[in-house]
Amino acid sequence: MVNKIWGFLIIIGIFYSFITGNLEVVNTEILNSTKTTLDMILKILPVMGLWLGIMNIASKSGLIFKFSKFISPILKFLFPEIPVNHEAFSYISSNIVANMFGLGNAATPFGLKAMQAMQELNADKTQASRSMITFLVINTCGLTLIPTMIISLRMLYGSTDPTFILIPCIIVTFSSLFLALIIDRLFALKYK
Amino acid sequence: MISLISNAIVPFLILVIIIYGIVKKINIYDVFVDGAKECIDLSLNLFPSMLAMIFGINIFLKSGFVSFFFDKLCNFFPFLNFPVEILSMMVLRSISGSSSLAILTNIFENYGPDSLTGVLGSILQGSTDTTFYVLTIYFGTVGIKKIRYAMAVGVIADVICIIISIILVNLII
Repeated sequence: MVNKIWGFLIIIGIFYSFITGNLEVVNTEILNSTKTTLDMILKILPVMGLWLGIMNIASKSGLIFKFSKFISPILKFLFPEIPVNHEAFSYISSNIVANMFGLGNAATPFGLKAMQAMQELNADKTQASRSMITFLVINTCGLTLIPTMIISLRMLYGSTDPTFILIPCIIVTFSSLFLALIIDRLFALKYK
Repeated sequence: MISLISNAIVPFLILVIIIYGIVKKINIYDVFVDGAKECIDLSLNLFPSMLAMIFGINIFLKSGFVSFFFDKLCNFFPFLNFPVEILSMMVLRSISGSSSLAILTNIFENYGPDSLTGVLGSILQGSTDTTFYVLTIYFGTVGIKKIRYAMAVGVIADVICIIISIILVNLII
């Protein structure tokens, strides 16, 4: 998917600029994009380090684990296929909690373990199970409570109120997640 | 009020994590340094894919094709009265997180982070995740070939998120 889109972007870009006589701009952009990337990485790196450090404390002290116990009743409702006390639940909740704290890179390993656990329960190993799809719907909605990257970017560009977007983000995330889960249920009933 | 709560969340979260770490007798300083170390590796791993995406996206954006395409689109749908960047961000958000972040940087530069466009971009970036990436990685790892209705629900969720963001931004600004 990404392969095709990437190729499409470059081909359309060069082709269109050639037709419109805009090739010079694209030519400078080809080299400029490398510098842009490096600049961005250098801006992101220190902020990422700070949060990885803080979150490592939360994870080692067991705070993330504690928080994940707190949301398990909701999970039992969302994943009726998974037996009570199955290990899948602990991975799913750890993934969700890590996502909430904006720990995308810590969330992924938990998420993959959760997928493996759900695959064990799956009758047809080539086909996605209902709980897997529900789990991925939650993940694609991006349950981030604190989008640290965006806040630091807003600071960098001189926002008068960098954290203004926190509450709106939470409202949008949870209302779209809620609607997405309803749609997921409807699809699940239809595809039974 | 909103900004007061928002301002309090980050410092408060750090406070809770630090105090909990001390209560649980964790060597908080060592653990922090250990975690922060990972940012070097992660950034290095991020660099190639980010370079590829920024390279492709920037050629595409600078060619002027996007403004050509969305200008035509806006002629047909006058209610789509948004800057070109935000429209392409809506499309790219579910394909690549780093490229929509790159566009967000452009938006901040051109319109400022506190403009309607800047706030809308921030919310779009912060309230949804890269649907295509998540589906590819997660299903790929456990060897699922038939993903059934997963893509449909993912894309519908993204559209819902965009609609709610637009409504909310117009209400608060």
